Amino acid sequence: MTNIAHENPEMNTSRVHTTDAARKRLKKRYGVEWRFRAYGIAAITLAALCLVALMTTIISSGLPAFTYNYVKLPLDLTANRVDPQNPAGASYNKIIRDALKAEAPFAASRNNRRTLYALVSGGSNVILQRQVLADPELLGETREIEVPLSDFADLYVKGLITDRVAHKTGGELSFISNGDEFTLSSSAPDFKVALSRLEAYLKEQSSALQTRVNNLQNSEKLAASRVERQQNTLQNAPLDRKDIETQKLEKLRSTHNAVIATLSQQKAKLTAYSDRLNNFSNKQLEETLNHELPSFFVIVNGGTLKINRLTETSVTGEVLVPFNAQTTAAQGQWQLQELTLPEAERKFSDKEIAYTDYLVQAGAIESHWNSIFFNSGASREPEMAGIWGAVVGSFWTMLVTLALSFPIGVAAAIYLEEFAPKNRWTHLIEVNINNLAAVPSIVFGLLGLAVFLNVFGLPRSAPVVGGMVLALMTLPTIIIASRAAIQAVPPSIREAALGVGASRLQAVFHHVLPLAMPGILTGTIIGMAQALGETAPLLMIGMVAFIVDIPVSPVDPSTVLPVQIFMWADFPEPAFQQKTSAAIMVLLGFLVSMNAIAIFLRKRFERRW
Amino acid sequence: MTMDVLEEKTGIKGAHMATAQAAINMQENKPVKMQGKDVCVHYGNKQALFDVNLDIRQNEVTALIGPSGCGKSTFLRCLNRMNDTIDICHVDGDILLDSEDIYDPKIDVVELRARVGMVFQKPNPFPKSIFENVAYGPRIHGLAKNKAELEEIVATSLQRAGLFNEVKDRLDEPGTGLSGGQQQRLCIARAIAVSPEVILMDEPCSALDPIATAKVEELIDELREKYTIVIVTHSMQQAARVSQRTAFFHMGILVEEGFTNDIFTNPEDQRTQDYITGRFG
Amino acid sequence: MFWTYVAILLVLIITAHLLGRTKAVHVAGEDPSKLHSRPGYHGAYLAILTAGPAFITIILWLLVWPGIMEQLVLSRMGDIAEVLSKPELQAFIRDAKAIAFGGIVGFTDAAKEEAARHFASIQQTSQYVESLVLAIMVGVGAYWGYKSIHPALRARHFVERSVMGLLMVCSAVAILTTIGIVLSLIFESLMFFRKVPVLDFVFGMHWSPQSAFEGAGAEAASTDAHIFGAIPLLVGTLLITAIAIFVAAPIGLLSAIYLSDYASAKVRATAKPVLEILAGIPTVVYGFFAALVVAPFIRGWGESLGLSVSSESALAAGLVMGIMIIPFVSSLSDDVINSVPQALRDGSAGLGATKSETIMKVVLPSALPGIVSALILAISRAIGETMIVVMAAGLAANMTINPLEAVTTVTVQIVTLLVGDQEFDSAKTLAAFALGLLLFCITLALNIFALRVVKKYREQYD
Repeated sequence: MTNIAHENPEMNTSRVHTTDAARKRLKKRYGVEWRFRAYGIAAITLAALCLVALMTTIISSGLPAFTYNYVKLPLDLTANRVDPQNPAGASYNKIIRDALKAEAPFAASRNNRRTLYALVSGGSNVILQRQVLADPELLGETREIEVPLSDFADLYVKGLITDRVAHKTGGELSFISNGDEFTLSSSAPDFKVALSRLEAYLKEQSSALQTRVNNLQNSEKLAASRVERQQNTLQNAPLDRKDIETQKLEKLRSTHNAVIATLSQQKAKLTAYSDRLNNFSNKQLEETLNHELPSFFVIVNGGTLKINRLTETSVTGEVLVPFNAQTTAAQGQWQLQELTLPEAERKFSDKEIAYTDYLVQAGAIESHWNSIFFNSGASREPEMAGIWGAVVGSFWTMLVTLALSFPIGVAAAIYLEEFAPKNRWTHLIEVNINNLAAVPSIVFGLLGLAVFLNVFGLPRSAPVVGGMVLALMTLPTIIIASRAAIQAVPPSIREAALGVGASRLQAVFHHVLPLAMPGILTGTIIGMAQALGETAPLLMIGMVAFIVDIPVSPVDPSTVLPVQIFMWADFPEPAFQQKTSAAIMVLLGFLVSMNAIAIFLRKRFERRW
Repeated sequence: MTMDVLEEKTGIKGAHMATAQAAINMQENKPVKMQGKDVCVHYGNKQALFDVNLDIRQNEVTALIGPSGCGKSTFLRCLNRMNDTIDICHVDGDILLDSEDIYDPKIDVVELRARVGMVFQKPNPFPKSIFENVAYGPRIHGLAKNKAELEEIVATSLQRAGLFNEVKDRLDEPGTGLSGGQQQRLCIARAIAVSPEVILMDEPCSALDPIATAKVEELIDELREKYTIVIVTHSMQQAARVSQRTAFFHMGILVEEGFTNDIFTNPEDQRTQDYITGRFG
Repeated sequence: MFWTYVAILLVLIITAHLLGRTKAVHVAGEDPSKLHSRPGYHGAYLAILTAGPAFITIILWLLVWPGIMEQLVLSRMGDIAEVLSKPELQAFIRDAKAIAFGGIVGFTDAAKEEAARHFASIQQTSQYVESLVLAIMVGVGAYWGYKSIHPALRARHFVERSVMGLLMVCSAVAILTTIGIVLSLIFESLMFFRKVPVLDFVFGMHWSPQSAFEGAGAEAASTDAHIFGAIPLLVGTLLITAIAIFVAAPIGLLSAIYLSDYASAKVRATAKPVLEILAGIPTVVYGFFAALVVAPFIRGWGESLGLSVSSESALAAGLVMGIMIIPFVSSLSDDVINSVPQALRDGSAGLGATKSETIMKVVLPSALPGIVSALILAISRAIGETMIVVMAAGLAANMTINPLEAVTTVTVQIVTLLVGDQEFDSAKTLAAFALGLLLFCITLALNIFALRVVKKYREQYD
């Protein structure tokens, strides 16, 4: 029979690898292996999560900015309001305000009217004027025309100012008028829920305040010790440093005082809250609401009442939108609504909310594609600000960048790859290009500022200068990519061309370059995508200026998309935060399409030799 | 053991047994260490090996010869599953090590490779010191309990690889600094240090000069006493010098296998004849 | 005007080309094979001689003339240059030019109108001069070129040499850029160092250039050298960079290892684009993300632990910068890890090593120099990064290594000092260039070192 080794153990070499000990060690080694692999997966997952977090933040905050809410008003454009001979001279502001007044006649007092008028954008008159001038057909009659809401009203309608909760009610509601206020009583304890919500809110707030006070106490101690230390430093400081050290001490002292002030303020607030909470158990008392607490509305018979005081069964408050008080409201005919964010913490008052709700109820508000955002330039008014100016600025800048960096880059690559003698000079150029690719972009900005603006006297904030700076910055990328593409063309092609009597230049331009072109273009597009997203060097040459007009040539002052994003990100208005995200989405859209083209080129034309 | 079975097993026909040489070989017929049964290998859609049946016998040197691209290296790499690292490679059939199928999912490839070591065509010392190169295997497999044991293993391995006297004073110098022949013997020492049962050598001398080649061949002959060795070579002289058995591959087919003397003096197949007389390859 | 010249030149080029061609064929007696160069080259020869010098002149004119013209106008405007501050003067010139040549005018007054008239008249004269000069150049070039066309003329050599010259000039642009950077930084920095001693700048412990003119008013003649100490900025930069590397190095390296040695083709096909997208996101977006999401998150997290966290903490900026350089680290490490020869991996696997043993004990030690240099390049990248820190890090130069406090960086200060209205020769503005020089030197040194290490490493395996 066949001899099989393990039947003759005496002939074996030592079997160290199949012993139990070896197997045990192996198990342990596989444990290490498994852990190592898990680290790798964790690293990739983490990177992917970062991307997801970034994208979801930007998309979720940017998407709402792509639509906008407009109020549709019957605007009087007849000859007695707008002179057909001089449509630019009319007061469109007044036309819009009158239409609003007619829409909500109850807002009669000066104060209320001002609130009402503030619901439409401050720039709506300009937009209306532009519309009328562009289309004089509109004149002559009263027309339903849409004007944009103010930024906060728009945010409110989008549900981004505060959450609203509608609580269930079960009783029948009756009304008693007493002067300015109304008292509403329900046949059931319908307002109990509001009280318990209030209690919960107060508890939450006071525990947060407690933490805050604790933190502040720590910071106070820290600040005090810093002041003390600085006092010592000042005493021991040499004469020439005394001034500086005194200044530092003053600064630290004022910080310390500020902390003390905040601390005592927060402490007082905390005491007030806890007092209130202690009284809360006594349900017989009326609770009073204020602007630091969530707001509660009663929506009934076509009007809105804002609750000021409440018990379990009745509420007293101020009428924001008048309602029919002649009949009682049956069960299910009225609503108790809570605005979870206190009035003090939002920039859109209860009254504005009630008015906006009224307009929404009246069907006057419509949501549309936000054309202002895509068609206009910069503005201090969030609702009037758009990215078109920045997009055009980016376009001019990229045009200049491409026109400079592509020919120069390709020419340099051809020279270095095909013709340059291998000597110290070309070696220097090579090293230099590699290093240039790693120079921080802001340094190119300094170069642009010192050379293009100050030496050559070229205009500030102009795309032509921005383009030149970005071209210098992109050049290394293009040269490196082009050289790689040229290098990939096999020498046999050149030899074939030279063999039929072409000059070296002809061989390169007729044969090598066309074959290398897809690679060169891919590199160029990637370089351009980098340039499109670049911000820092453009800040240096003044492209950060606030420019309202759309640039019409590369020498007009303008800004670019990333710089626009940078500027908007700094504005405090929440509407600008959304515009920033939306602008980022537009920028990323451009970048993605550029890269998609690059990938397509690579896939479609790449040749492997 | 009947004559018939033996004939079937070794592929040696009665007629050849008449020669004296064959008689000597007969006496040395060793137990089977590894066995390939109907081994087929595909790279993607391309088949590289066709139904190879080959026995590797213990404490012998088996040489795999054949023209380039004939599948000899492929078969060698199947023996310790080095082909696993190539995604598109697919192995069918059974390969047994001590009658266990090494492609069985239960078999651990790390353990397998510790038992079936490999020396590559081009010397590939790690960019570490000579000592670390040899100590690497024992370290990862935990073969030494302490530093002294480890040093002993390294010294013995280097000695067996015939390198110890040349490098004993410079164990801390990088292994990449040695000459080509020394590097290859270092790689052999590295393989021995793991205490494998089988050592696979993939054209170990193809990158070496004649003098270094002679040394490595001498070494292989000595190693036969302790290990089972399979060597792929493109040089027939080398196969004749170092091996006891030879298998001739051609276009993915195992054409002929048997005692080296028989193959070289009296090949059965015309293709073998042509190859060893230099008509192709 | 520029485009008119270019159009005229284009017409001239085409005409010259045709002329040269025709003449060449003519002098060859209608038999082009007698010519040394083909007729097309004669055409190109004449075209280059005709338009080349003029074209160079136009470009030079374009670069140099605006500055000269402004000086001429200002010299005629009397003392206006002394009355107005630098930014006002720039606005004045811009408006005056807009009035004169059309464009967007801010507002206008008598002085601007007058300046605009000067601009218009000077421009008019200059155009006559320029046109005359160009015409002479074109005429001489064309005449001389046309005359020299004969069968033995080596027109192809001339054309090819011209093209070659053009290629050489283009490849010199990279060098010129570097020279421009170095010269402009050094020149402005020297002016700065005349006001503030170098040692006070490099080793100074206090940075508050905003207070430069607080006490004594804008006219203060002497600059307080002690408020231009760069050390706090360097400390802040290094703190943020360290946090970033701490995030990016493990994640980037482990991803690269996993992708090159473990991942299936499918996983690679999804994970690589993720990293590429991360690499392609503009830094201003990362900055927005840091300021909007990460900084408040860290602040809230710190407060819940009872820590006082600045709203512009170094940690937020550092973390986001780390995310930004993950793809940088991973793609560089990927290159390095892949360049470790397969033979070494096989050698290790052939001895029965597991994958992780092979990677930890063979691949990584072999790739170490490459990985180190990848990390150095990443550090240099982080040091020079601007937008994330401008948007998420602070302005106050605190000397601290507490990642929860606000620090400022070199790049933040450059931007702060240079954005907005500025006087070009104040110490404040010049300080930005000194900082730029510092930044350039640091990153250059890191880059050269890293590239050298990479090169050595490559040679080892080639």
